[in-house]
Amino acid sequence: MSLFGRIKEGLKKTRNIIMNRMEELFTRQNFDEDFFAELEEILIAADVGIETTLELVEKLRDKIREEKLKAPEQVLAALKSLILDILGRDPVPLQLEHKPTVILVLGVNGVGKTTTIGKLAARFTAEGKKVLLAAGDTFRAAAIEQLEIWAQRSHSDIIKHQQGADPSAVIFDGVAAAAARGADVLLCDTAGRLHNKANLMAELKKVYRVVDKALPGAPHEVLLVLDATTGQNSLAQAKVFNEAAPLTGVVLTKLDGTAKGGIVIAVARQLKIPVKFVGVGEGIDDLQPFDPVAYVESIFTTKEQ
Amino acid sequence: MLFENLSSKLQETFRRLRGKGKLTEKDVNTALREVRLALLEADVNFKVVKDFVATVKERCLGSEVLESLTPGQMVIKIVNEELTKLMGESVAKLKPADKPPTIIMLVGLQGSGKTTTVAKLANHLKKANHSPLLVAADVYRPAAIKQLQVLGEQLKLPVFQMGQQNPVQIARAAVEQAKKNHNDYVLVDTAGRLHVDEELMDELVQMEEALQPQEILLVVDAMTGQDAVTVAESFKNRLGLTGIVLTKLDGDTRGGAALSVRAVTGCPIKFVGLGEKTDAFEPFYPDRMASRILGMGDVLTLIEKAQATFDEKKAKELEKKMRTQQFTLEDFLEQLQQLKQMGPLQQLLEMLPGMGGMGKKLKGMQVDEKEFVKVEAIIQSMTKEERHNPSIINSSRRRRIAAGSGTKVQDVNNLLKQFNLMNKMMKQLTKMEKGRFKGRGRFPFM
Ligand SMILES: Nc1nc2c(ncn2[C@@H]2O[C@H](COP(=O)(O)OP(=O)(O)OP(=O)(O)O)[C@@H](O)[C@H]2O)c(=O)[nH]1
Ligand SMILES: [Mg+2]
Repeated sequence: MSLFGRIKEGLKKTRNIIMNRMEELFTRQNFDEDFFAELEEILIAADVGIETTLELVEKLRDKIREEKLKAPEQVLAALKSLILDILGRDPVPLQLEHKPTVILVLGVNGVGKTTTIGKLAARFTAEGKKVLLAAGDTFRAAAIEQLEIWAQRSHSDIIKHQQGADPSAVIFDGVAAAAARGADVLLCDTAGRLHNKANLMAELKKVYRVVDKALPGAPHEVLLVLDATTGQNSLAQAKVFNEAAPLTGVVLTKLDGTAKGGIVIAVARQLKIPVKFVGVGEGIDDLQPFDPVAYVESIFTTKEQ
Repeated sequence: MLFENLSSKLQETFRRLRGKGKLTEKDVNTALREVRLALLEADVNFKVVKDFVATVKERCLGSEVLESLTPGQMVIKIVNEELTKLMGESVAKLKPADKPPTIIMLVGLQGSGKTTTVAKLANHLKKANHSPLLVAADVYRPAAIKQLQVLGEQLKLPVFQMGQQNPVQIARAAVEQAKKNHNDYVLVDTAGRLHVDEELMDELVQMEEALQPQEILLVVDAMTGQDAVTVAESFKNRLGLTGIVLTKLDGDTRGGAALSVRAVTGCPIKFVGLGEKTDAFEPFYPDRMASRILGMGDVLTLIEKAQATFDEKKAKELEKKMRTQQFTLEDFLEQLQQLKQMGPLQQLLEMLPGMGGMGKKLKGMQVDEKEFVKVEAIIQSMTKEERHNPSIINSSRRRRIAAGSGTKVQDVNNLLKQFNLMNKMMKQLTKMEKGRFKGRGRFPFM
């Protein structure tokens, strides 16, 4: 069979295989090399990444030995627990005690920054908070209009300049307006940027400095939006964005698809940045606080199509 | 660190292969394990990786490799060939309609870059003297229509829109208008959607039926992870995909998704997006992508560069010296200086096949340019005699050299140690490569 044929044939079955494999894997009694190899595959298929995967499996081997684990359920529980050691077990809430609380939202192109801002704004206004949005994406065509629509939907106000304006200036005005109007939360949108573009990262550093100058101690939250569909590059994104503007949390979007976004485990492991929210759709309510336990569960279950 | 540098990791493995006369199955397995890890780290789907490695192994275990003179090179060649084959062997063009307009639908996940790609494609066609009509059929995402209008204005190209109406009707009406206005291309921007969203996938199917497009291009973010196969497969199952556009390749992702998507759809990758501006758009070159995923492009570039820079005659002399182990610190200095002419040292050393392995052992020299300056200064502070016969450098000479070069005695010690180590490795290499040294003597560290 041709290579194409072989791959296509194989993939047809992949989904089922993974599901059956999980069941099969954890009903067998001996933990041989195949067992660990397949476990590795499940983690890699969830985009956990090789380095983290190998480390997890290594630790699991130790645990099985040390604690003399025999039952498959015990082994699965041990693996989940190892992942939770990295992710933390409890949801990490946003820090909202400042008035105004300034939240900066960052990420590469198209990950869901603007949508996440709309969803967060709706959450806050539903709690009776006064919310202001700053249209810091002055680059992409119609980005300001997009945020305006989310401002309407979420019943919040918006501070905007023209397309092409200096993003720092817009956000500076946002901070000033938030203080003057007695807003509870200011959510700042930023243009999508690839982390390997030095000039755009420098622009971000400036935004960060300007916010701090406008309101000492701000921004109080710096959220990096990561797309669950993205593979290993998310880790590079987190590293570089974290250097430009110290991150306080990750929002993992598009979990309503079939991708698992397992790279957040590597992000938590290497950078100690917690996931705070997950995006599960395009609707205004499709944002949930991140629940590590439920998330780890989801890595080991396959969604029905 | 485990995977700090894929490229050097791979090259390290290949160096190991290169060092031996004949390949055993175990050697091939070792090498292919590294290939496997490299591909996984590059986000190629694990299943695709498995099949790919199996194919390469079959070929590697054939006699051509076992009997070839340089087995390591043969493996590199096979891996690269198979990868290029899988990526598609030539540049794939758009298929025009027999009778205009040519209709092209762009589909894909949310945030993959469809709207920007429509504008880029339009710009590309405009430059080739076509007159495309852009169609705003993303009626869901806030301000998506406006985004396309702004882009159309920038390009001075017409944009067809009917607000938030049924996308299939919009597209149909657009084609009518194109016929009337003699637009020879119709580019339909569809809303981003998840491959598991039945309702929205149905909408695309209806659009395909209504328009009978010549091309349906799946727009895929180059950073996509393991799920790329599921996505591509789902779109392929519902629609008559004709090609792929790979976006955001200006990032630093290795782009393994390209391989995954290609493998499951069998569709050629037709274009790549390389930036946010409308002219950051190119045809897809399969061989370049293969090198990028594997991390071997650098090696090829290096070979070209090195051949241009290194003086043939000097190289011959050096080759002889190396073989007879008369390679001195003086030669070493000269080599470093030649290397420096070739570009940033760090990058260069990483590019050198085999340096992945040696680099680790010669750690001090691999670190950075500053380190290089130090080495240069130290050697320059030595007498001629010392350079030719380092064994005479006792501790008082070391102190003098350190003082003269503004370094620490420790630095001098390190350099001498590394130099000795290098000479020893060369001796080994020379032994292993007896008779086959020619042609590669150009690279001082190989
Ligand atoms: N299915 C799904 N789609 C999402 C989610 N979050 C955002 N999206 C969609 O992803 C696309 C991009 O979202 P945006 O919010 O515009 O992304 P962005 O990061 O602001 O994009 P740029 O500003 O262009 O860099 C839109 O079509 C959103 O509707 C999610 O959790 N699930
Ligand atoms: Mg945005």
